[in-house]
Amino acid sequence: MTGTANGPGRRVRICPLSDIPAGEGVRFAEVTPPIAVFHTEDGEVFAIDDTCTHQDASLADGWLEGCEIECPLHASKFDLRTGAVDAPPAKVGVRTHATMVTDGDVWVELSTDAPRLPPGVSL
Amino acid sequence: MTLRSVVVVGAGLAGHATARALRRQGFDGRLTVIGAEWHRPYDRPPLSKEFLTGTLTEADLSLEGSDENLDVDWVLGRGATGLEPATHTLTLDDGSRVSGDAVVVATGSTARRLPGVPPGVHTLRTLDDAIALRTALQPGARLVVIGAGFIGAEVAATALAGGLDVTVVEAADTPLAGPLGTWVGAAVAGLHARHGVTLRCGVPVAALTGTDRVDGVTLADGTQLPADVVLAGVGATPAVGWLTGSGLDVTKGLVCTALGRTAAPGVYGVGDCSAWYDSTRGAPFRVEHWTDSRDRPVALAATLLGTPPPAGLRAPYFWSDQYGVRIQFAGRRRGDETVTVEAGSTEGADLLAVYRREGEIVAVLGMDQPQLFTRIRRALPPSMTEPGTDPGTDTTAATTLLEVT
Repeated sequence: MTGTANGPGRRVRICPLSDIPAGEGVRFAEVTPPIAVFHTEDGEVFAIDDTCTHQDASLADGWLEGCEIECPLHASKFDLRTGAVDAPPAKVGVRTHATMVTDGDVWVELSTDAPRLPPGVSL
Repeated sequence: MTLRSVVVVGAGLAGHATARALRRQGFDGRLTVIGAEWHRPYDRPPLSKEFLTGTLTEADLSLEGSDENLDVDWVLGRGATGLEPATHTLTLDDGSRVSGDAVVVATGSTARRLPGVPPGVHTLRTLDDAIALRTALQPGARLVVIGAGFIGAEVAATALAGGLDVTVVEAADTPLAGPLGTWVGAAVAGLHARHGVTLRCGVPVAALTGTDRVDGVTLADGTQLPADVVLAGVGATPAVGWLTGSGLDVTKGLVCTALGRTAAPGVYGVGDCSAWYDSTRGAPFRVEHWTDSRDRPVALAATLLGTPPPAGLRAPYFWSDQYGVRIQFAGRRRGDETVTVEAGSTEGADLLAVYRREGEIVAVLGMDQPQLFTRIRRALPPSMTEPGTDPGTDTTAATTLLEVT
């Protein structure tokens, strides 16, 4: 599925779950803004906007520990369940998306909330 | 004894993070934060970049979240001038005295200044410094940056993008050799030339010219560099001079155990001004990186509150953004490592360099390689904080109170 505009609650297929090793994430850039999908060590799957709310960095490149992803650049941590941020430099939480695994494939239902992009980054 | 009051000296990143960590970890007593500047806690890294360009405003720099209420008594615009460790009593520059059950010293560092220079030579450490520099950096002006360290390089890159004519001078033969090593330092410093900034290495500054105002820089080989603006980016020193005579050991910054205790019970140090015992070096070591100043206060708060601290501290980490390239470094260099290029190249500005000692990876540098960099960073050995695992931690006398003479 392709496209640049997010329909309300639109569902997109990301990839087979087996393509994301446990403890890692992937960036999915076929939607705007791009999203990041994480497969935790515990086997859970989460999706958030990929761009850090502080500066233009890809959270999929970050450091996943439990249900927290740490931005690869400036080390703010976001809770994958809620999007909440733990400490500066980011001060705003990241948008989360619902996920589901069907027949071994990861699907994401895109949030209809407004994304929270950093200064200098626009859609 | 239950801790009823904590005084934090320093309202920068480490001071704010300490206040935040204490509250998050359940401290509900009186919390006072003393800051020498008039500003509430703000973020310094953008001062050499996005704040200079105007992308970020002063309000954007705030470290405090919009819904954050730490219930802090702020004492701003007041520097500390002395400390009596036995009574945890601070003297401030207006003569007032403040005391608490515990004192946390988080006074940071101070930009080193060149002696005997004419007016108009900038340094960059504080928000007020950045406001002054931003005003001076007008398109078409000639900027000379003294010192090709990270601050100097970031300002040079920002000023070049802003339409200034930029020259960087560096006394050492290779920029950044201290933090990165000779080869990698040269690779990173190569960004200057590739973007049109003149870099002069290995020739010290002999004099700054101008009487009412600086108008040029003279190098030791006689070269005259005319300048409308001069920035001295020549390092920083720990802001611990005010502790001289307190009896605390400030020979390497404020010397502390692996969890931030000084030799005086109830007196702690954290952030740029402090040198925590580093188990991987076997000695106190001052780390001046942003992430350490944000993260160590979490361990320090546990120390103050008597709760179990984290067992280890991550390897030090810093970043620098120059000419649109994101440079990241993590780990501990001593200088005897072998360095291998494991991805990318200098020319492509996408270098990934890995430092090994006796076969073990001890540090990593990346240029626009956040994913590979993070993978290696995760595997770097932490320094241990657990009492009993190494000498000089909290259960042993890592530091001794000096005789006050």
